[in-house]
Amino acid sequence: MEVARTTADVLVVGAGMVGAACAYYCSAAGLRVTVLDRAAIAGGTTSACEGNILVSDKEPGAELELALLSNRLWAALGAELGAASVELHHKGGVVVAKSPEAAGGLATLTAEQRRHGIEAVDVAPDRLFELEPNLAPDITAGAHYPQDMQVQPMLATAELLRRARRHGASVHTGTTVVEFLRGSGGEITGVRTDAPDVPTISAGWVINAAGSWGGSLAELAAAPIPVLPRKGFVLVTEPLPPVIHHKVYTAEYVANVASDDAALQTSVVVESTRAGTVLIGASRERVGFDRSVSIPVLRMLARQAIGVFPFLSDVALLRSYLGFRPYCPDHLPVIGADHRAPGLVHACGHEGAGIGLAAGTGHLIAQLLTDREPDLDLAPFHPARFQEVTT
Amino acid sequence: MTTSPAEPRYDVAVLGAGPAGLAAAVAAASTGSRVALIDSASRPGGQFWRHRAGDDGTRQLHWDTFRALRDALERVEHLAGHTVWHAERTEQGFTLHTVNGGAASEVACRTLIVATGAYDRQLPFPGWTLPGVFTAGGAQALLKGHGVLPGQRIVVAGTGPFLLPVAAGLAEAGARVLGVFEAGTPARFTRHPVTALGKLGEAVGYLRTLRRHRVPYRMRSAVVAAHGEATVRAAGVASLDARWRIVPGSTRTLDCDAVAVGYGFTPQLEIPLQLGCATRLDVDGSLVTRVDGQQRGTVPGVYVAGEACGVGGAGLSLVEGELAGLHAGYTTTDTRLNRRHIDRLLRRRAALRSFAAAMHEAYPVRRGWLGWLAEDTVICRCEEVTASEVRRSIVDLGATDPRAVKLYVRPGMGLCQGRMCGYATSWLTAQHHGRGVRQDDLLGMSSRPIAQPVSLGALSGHADD
Amino acid sequence: MDVIRFRFDGRGIEAEQGQSIGAALIAAGYRSWRSTRRTGQPRGVFCGIGVCFDCLVTVNGSPNQRACLTEARHDDQVATQEGAGRDHLAG
Repeated sequence: MEVARTTADVLVVGAGMVGAACAYYCSAAGLRVTVLDRAAIAGGTTSACEGNILVSDKEPGAELELALLSNRLWAALGAELGAASVELHHKGGVVVAKSPEAAGGLATLTAEQRRHGIEAVDVAPDRLFELEPNLAPDITAGAHYPQDMQVQPMLATAELLRRARRHGASVHTGTTVVEFLRGSGGEITGVRTDAPDVPTISAGWVINAAGSWGGSLAELAAAPIPVLPRKGFVLVTEPLPPVIHHKVYTAEYVANVASDDAALQTSVVVESTRAGTVLIGASRERVGFDRSVSIPVLRMLARQAIGVFPFLSDVALLRSYLGFRPYCPDHLPVIGADHRAPGLVHACGHEGAGIGLAAGTGHLIAQLLTDREPDLDLAPFHPARFQEVTT
Repeated sequence: MTTSPAEPRYDVAVLGAGPAGLAAAVAAASTGSRVALIDSASRPGGQFWRHRAGDDGTRQLHWDTFRALRDALERVEHLAGHTVWHAERTEQGFTLHTVNGGAASEVACRTLIVATGAYDRQLPFPGWTLPGVFTAGGAQALLKGHGVLPGQRIVVAGTGPFLLPVAAGLAEAGARVLGVFEAGTPARFTRHPVTALGKLGEAVGYLRTLRRHRVPYRMRSAVVAAHGEATVRAAGVASLDARWRIVPGSTRTLDCDAVAVGYGFTPQLEIPLQLGCATRLDVDGSLVTRVDGQQRGTVPGVYVAGEACGVGGAGLSLVEGELAGLHAGYTTTDTRLNRRHIDRLLRRRAALRSFAAAMHEAYPVRRGWLGWLAEDTVICRCEEVTASEVRRSIVDLGATDPRAVKLYVRPGMGLCQGRMCGYATSWLTAQHHGRGVRQDDLLGMSSRPIAQPVSLGALSGHADD
Repeated sequence: MDVIRFRFDGRGIEAEQGQSIGAALIAAGYRSWRSTRRTGQPRGVFCGIGVCFDCLVTVNGSPNQRACLTEARHDDQVATQEGAGRDHLAG
């Protein structure tokens, strides 16, 4: 077992995908890292998502830049970790449209995305059925995004933490932060926990990688950020042979991702996994941390999935899971040092894109903490952006 | 929560038509409640009274009780062939989402009695996935429900008193039972004060049957391997020490064409867990629903009876079912309860529970079974996850609980949703971390929001046929 | 009692009225009618009561039917299930 270390350069709070990426890149950069999680590795939102590494659903802007950086970093991680060990799959995405309006909107989006460095290929219907032979016949337009990837998120998280441990990191699960420790100047110097084996940990930096609970952790540090949960269901089918080759979703998905509407939205996302199951996802509801199962939501997802892949009608639903995507009002993650609580660095609020954006986030955080020039301008992600709005 | 505009059609819906469910349905109906009895089988009886059409009950226990309950079902709407895949709370009570064949339907009720029973608990061993290896209950079900013997030369193994009726039944039906290999040493049990309940009389009867068929009954021994290519051809039987470790050099091979194994039972908790009922770890190490003196779970309107609130056998199930049915009935019809009758039932429940606890204490699962596993022994039959893959996820990937093991390497992600491997995966994880199996371990492998597979077409409302 | 006649991989099988396909196949001497997705191992009835999903079989073109629960009916076409049983979908 690991020896508890009570001092670290970097203390990462949250052992989900983002926390694991922060730990991985920071430890690789030579920093001494400790990771805490109140539950288990990859036990929160990471365990309730689809493992998307997408550029296709991004509109031009800061998030797209982060997605492109992350896409390159994930490809490198796949080469380093071994793509099979984390089930990293360069499968590509296919976006489909049925109505002329959706088709028109999709064409406008792809043109815009191409100008910003995304490989977005408009695909004629006959070629679309070559990409996905089981698509519904009434699909009239589509786009192909060869850069989109998929990873098994829990495995990837565990694997990155394994590598971080090799670089000297220690990981403490079942350990909750109960208080932030502060120095004479009010700066954060570490945390107190509820675990007898590591009652206090002092650290130069504390990274808030608590995902959907990042808001409450920030609150504990008296440096609030508006990270809120957005509930989403994913349906899992019985295992099938490889029947769906890409990540396939409807053009409406992009609109919903960026939506500010609190009401339920579903726009279906369908894809196969290495294990053979088909994942059907992407309901989005703002109902707090309500864990109840909603049959109408499941029903709507099933109906929409059948609309894209009619063969799914007699395929069995095996499981469903739900998770809470951490979202901010402007749908951008919070990445950067919080000047209200010196020593606290946020890396949360990635909404439904946390798996993909984790690589870029961890990389940028490591650059920030080792005084290197970040590859991207972090200003759009800075926690101070919310204060500017409110004050 | 969803709201259903209309008043629920039933006052009481009972899930499961075994002893507990039948007793509950009949008791609830006796108070004047409108009762639905929902069961996946075509005939009532559950596993205990599983029978074939026209069965005269000669080889059944308490058949008169069953016949009386079955006859009383006239006042109950029996929805046979219905499987509940999800239970939902509503403002008026509950909506049960069911499938019958391919067709989906909903049943609305004000109160719910969960009497979903249990299935055999398994400890994996090398070769246990070979065709011809059955659960003890499966071997019995083939015989009782279909009149089919699972083989001609059968080895029965595991732990617990249930092995006796299984072996006796197979021998009576003409199979050559090569032995009953009981891993435990339940000698103390025979001195328990509740012997008077007649349970031991049953056991003595089975032992007599076994003796008549010259079936050896061996304690501290187990089937630790099954051999064969396409189907089982032999079983490796070993002597065990007190901690169930194989005594070196004791393994011998018995030629056989079937093996029937069971190490106690796992209660079916999908529906109470979906509804948020609190659970506890029972004496036998099973996750069970918490209930009070009226068989109420911790969620208002949910009653639980039988194995789902603690494995205790058919006698206890009948008592708990009647209690649950009467209380649910009294509540929904505002009739007055018969205090003296209730008190009698409660006394009987207390005695039978004490007996069950003594039985569980006499047949514990010992940690030495983990040593039976080879690196390539399959733990999860559905996803074909081996013991070494489970261990790798713990050692290399940092899994600290069985749910994490499931998330990283997939035991419990298959069609059975961890019903077969949840217990073993919990043991493997707990053992590595130097602790016993905890309630949270089992809970992490027991959450099944979709209790039974349902086609996406049926779910979406499209006709399946 | 009526005898039910169905086909298993083209061969004639007899079952009693009310008997499951799994029980009838065992009575006819079969032990397995499925191969697993990952390693192609043979599987048949294990739990016998619909819990373990090991005895999956293709009945009248529908894969993943539990042989232990599915009642045999006249003229059923029962077939060994290879893997997920939906290879026709893979393109």
